Amino acid sequence: MTDPALQLEGAAVRFGARTLWSDVSISLERGEFLAVLGPNGAGKSTFLKVLLGLQRLSAGTAQVLGKPVRRGSHRVGYIPQHHQLELETPLRARDLVALGLEGHKYGLPWVSHKARARIDDLLDQVGARDYAQRPVGVLSGGEQQRLRAAQALAGNPGLLLCDEPLHSLDLNHQRAITELIRRQAVDRGAAVVFVTHEINPVIEHVDRVLYFARGAHRVGTVQEVMRSEVLSELYQSPVEVIEHKGRLVVMGEHSEGTHHD
Amino acid sequence: MIERFASSFSTENYWDLFQLVQNSVLTAAVLGLMGGIIGVFINLRRAGLVVHGIAEISFAGAALFLLMGLDVVLGSALGAVAAAALIGVLSIRDREVSAVTAVLMPFGMGLGILFLYLYQGRTANQFGLLTGQIVGVDDIQTRTLISVAVLISVIIIVIWRPLMFSSVDPQLAAARGVHVNLLTIVFMVLLGGAVAMSVQVVGALLVLALLVVPSAAALKVARRPLVVVLLSCGFALFSAVAGIMIAIMGTVPISPYITTISFLIYVVCLLVGRRQRARYSAVTAEAMN
Repeated sequence: MTDPALQLEGAAVRFGARTLWSDVSISLERGEFLAVLGPNGAGKSTFLKVLLGLQRLSAGTAQVLGKPVRRGSHRVGYIPQHHQLELETPLRARDLVALGLEGHKYGLPWVSHKARARIDDLLDQVGARDYAQRPVGVLSGGEQQRLRAAQALAGNPGLLLCDEPLHSLDLNHQRAITELIRRQAVDRGAAVVFVTHEINPVIEHVDRVLYFARGAHRVGTVQEVMRSEVLSELYQSPVEVIEHKGRLVVMGEHSEGTHHD
Repeated sequence: MIERFASSFSTENYWDLFQLVQNSVLTAAVLGLMGGIIGVFINLRRAGLVVHGIAEISFAGAALFLLMGLDVVLGSALGAVAAAALIGVLSIRDREVSAVTAVLMPFGMGLGILFLYLYQGRTANQFGLLTGQIVGVDDIQTRTLISVAVLISVIIIVIWRPLMFSSVDPQLAAARGVHVNLLTIVFMVLLGGAVAMSVQVVGALLVLALLVVPSAAALKVARRPLVVVLLSCGFALFSAVAGIMIAIMGTVPISPYITTISFLIYVVCLLVGRRQRARYSAVTAEAMN
């Protein structure tokens, strides 16, 4: 259990002549919480795709829990960005969670007793027991996102990847989802990679930051990376980081605008 | 016109007639079950227009085989599967299935019309391709149709979970190791086969009535996966079998009966679904107060 949860060495992704990012080396211990920040198109989502085994590296290596990245590893959990499910989706909340557990399996779509107990357990963990029998299409965005969290936790992952999981959720659900993710990290020793536009909702949990911009990147603690001079250098234009009551406000022409909390 | 319609009915010797169309009824029943199962995914993947496109292109295949003096059923089947696979491959990149279909469909229909023009035989054969010819199916055709329909249904059930996963959440399914693109192609080929079979019952123009309408109706009133499938199969089975059983009393073709019955089922489900939803919102509102 001494293998790091995540290890990248000299990793690079190029599309033709364009280098998205290069020379990324980072090692995440179990229980560590990494926030991945940067403007649109800087390569945050591609970073996740690499870790999911959906995008090949152009150079360098990527290992998850001591093994080269592999598509569909059950040790890697993934919470995708929220998108509203169709009203007429023929699934109840618990059926959606079941897909997270056994959706990749062929054969008769029969849910075993063991799986059923596991689904109940997951529904409890994310606080979705009350609407377990309801059609997913009528659930709110926050409720659907809790179910996606349950899907991601199904394999009890050692590495949890989150792609803007709080996007378009109200504060109440933001807090609940963040708490769920934090618990998986702290209580079960999973490492968390959290892609976001907005660091403030999770800032108290973040151990390190990976900031992508203009083909370059910086890794370090929040204090090391979220500073005016570091981000100005990264963006190659003046950026100002202001701390206000424990929240960070990033201002600059080339960042994606003002960060609100 | 009404008189002509009414006088076309006769209940004399009904059961004798029924004996003659037993094959057709059995075929329609099995095709209905298949339509009910695959239809759930057609609706989920918003592929209704694709079904229509495949049906029309399969007509080109049938016309080509007619022209070459080969088996028309085989021609339509090959046309359907080829069209479906082509649409599947072309749509993987941009996910715009209906745009790809809309481009291929007129081309397929145009070819079909050309082949029929070149064909020197009787015109009745041409019309049968469009409106169905099930009353004429013989034992061997019945066996073929049923075997293929059962095979398609079984495959759909075996790939049910990954197919459902990649239809509902392709991004997450891919991340969990589901071969989303491969499943799209497999689904399209199965759909091609299903369309080719259904064309035999209701013809190229009305194939939606058997593959899309029953499950669309089921999805209006139910959300539990098993209930949706059972209802959808039941609706398809009922429209197909009842359509034939009414049709043999008169001289009107089978298609209008099947399409009308399935449409009526859809309307009823639409209304029931509205009431369900209204009641559901009332309950939710109450719970929140």
